[in-house]
Amino acid sequence: MIKTENLYFRYQDEKDEEKYALKDVNLHVKDGEFVVIIGHNGSGKSTLSKLLNGIFLPTSGKIYIDKMDTSDEELIWEIRKTAGMVFQNPDNQLVATIVEEDVAFGPENMGLQPAEIRKRVDEALEIVSMTPYKRKPPHHLSGGQKQRVAIAGILAMKPKCIIFDEPTAMLDPAGRKEVIKTIEYLNKEEKMTVIHITHYMDEAVNADRIIVMDDGQIVLQGTPREVFSKVEHLKRIGLDVPQITQLAYELNQIGYHISTESLTVQELVEELCQLV
Amino acid sequence: MSISIKHLSHIYDYGTPNETVAIENINLEIEHGEFIGLIGHTGSGKSTLIQQLNGLLKPSKGTILVNGLNITEGLSNLDKTKKRSKSEQRKLAKERKRKLLEVRKKVGLVFQYPEYQLFEETIEKDIAFGPTNLGLGESEVKARVKEAMMLVGIDYDAYKDRSPFELSGGQKRRVAIAGVLAMRPEVLILDEPTAGLDPRGRDEILAQIKALHDKNKMTVIIVSHSMEDMAKIANRLIVMNKGKVVFDDSPHKVFKEIETLEKIGLAVPQISYLARALNEAGFHLSDEIITIEEAVEALKKQLPAIHPKAQNSKGGKASC
Repeated sequence: MIKTENLYFRYQDEKDEEKYALKDVNLHVKDGEFVVIIGHNGSGKSTLSKLLNGIFLPTSGKIYIDKMDTSDEELIWEIRKTAGMVFQNPDNQLVATIVEEDVAFGPENMGLQPAEIRKRVDEALEIVSMTPYKRKPPHHLSGGQKQRVAIAGILAMKPKCIIFDEPTAMLDPAGRKEVIKTIEYLNKEEKMTVIHITHYMDEAVNADRIIVMDDGQIVLQGTPREVFSKVEHLKRIGLDVPQITQLAYELNQIGYHISTESLTVQELVEELCQLV
Repeated sequence: MSISIKHLSHIYDYGTPNETVAIENINLEIEHGEFIGLIGHTGSGKSTLIQQLNGLLKPSKGTILVNGLNITEGLSNLDKTKKRSKSEQRKLAKERKRKLLEVRKKVGLVFQYPEYQLFEETIEKDIAFGPTNLGLGESEVKARVKEAMMLVGIDYDAYKDRSPFELSGGQKRRVAIAGVLAMRPEVLILDEPTAGLDPRGRDEILAQIKALHDKNKMTVIIVSHSMEDMAKIANRLIVMNKGKVVFDDSPHKVFKEIETLEKIGLAVPQISYLARALNEAGFHLSDEIITIEEAVEALKKQLPAIHPKAQNSKGGKASC
């Protein structure tokens, strides 16, 4: 679905010095995969997401989205339809005065027939469970609801892949839960390829694969269990592990014989019960 | 510096069809040196409440006393009991202006994403903006900028002439907080100071706020969506829902209320969920465990005392 080959991205910082935000990134995301990207601020993960969507173009190397080269200007709209993007701040993404009009914005711009637009908007709102709010003004919604409307707006363009760039950073616990549930639903039930960039380690627990970025490079990748068991490595590069994994790690450090690969409350309960 | 809030209500668009009650009959006593976490889902009234505390919003009803100074006198638009003459009104307005200046010096408010409010060419100028507007002399302003930068852990000499825009996200936020600290507030209110930061940036900011509280004896109020952070750092938690205070107690006591908190769109730290699940499985842990350190200590007492790695088998009877 997504492939990057020897991807480099160079930019000029404030002092006009040239720096690489990405260095030799080779990424291959399979159809239907759920990939979470973590890394500290400035590690290159947002730059990567903007490259995948064709907002930035590579300094060198190639990016293919569903076999389309993002540096081919003629394909850019096709690429953005294929790989939709949801950003951090829901207020910056909603444009219309009524929810369903907002969701219709994308398909309208694609020049679709009104009947087709209607169908897509209804389907998209249904998927994110926002149908009851379709005639409400977006500013009356909660943060989590607004973010779900933003997701519906992307869904209405029928992408194969959605890239989420810290979609929960501004939300309260209930809003975060709603959005995470929606993202997982899109992947599991709608079989969409998902790339989710986040600072919340517990949101990465259900991913197929976690990619860890540091200083413009992929430094670690694997299943959540493999990645989060590298507690020291993650801390060294300014990251964290879920609280459950942290507790297992600390108990292990003081001598208790338990696996440090627990990710969920249930897993750790089972591990600890073995010790009694 | 103490803050006393009595019967405070705020209604947006009062008297119009869009009338919304944001907070209703809030009563709180905040003592000098407290470290308070203010939690509640989006729209629960947290931001309205903190904007009242430094006089950015005027209440519809009720009073706020900051160190005994009534900052809301004659302002509440719902209790117009007294008729005042024009000259009385003018006197009141003047008096209020003086009070508000006083209050804003004492109560510093750091908004959400404060780094978006950085605007000057250099970090020094940006931090100096507030104290300069207080009418302080050049040397005093400089001293305050230095002090504020030291407090947030940004080296004065190395950074003062740099543009705030070339900093990392976490650094920018610290510069923005320094801008408020340069006013030397006695109460520091921060609206989601860690939103959008990576784990290290988050821990750094929280450690610095904690140090301001511990060393500089500042009263701190933090609005946060992170239950884990609040468990680690706050001495008192105020929980809001639908414009009312629903809990006001220590984090240990508040986080026992898992069901109610979830019902109002909040959560408890993951560790508290674990402690509960362990108890259901047969452990006997306190129901007030909210941090990893507490969980480690409690588990040490309940797990077999023998050094477990010395055991060959995983041995012991399974009681769960």
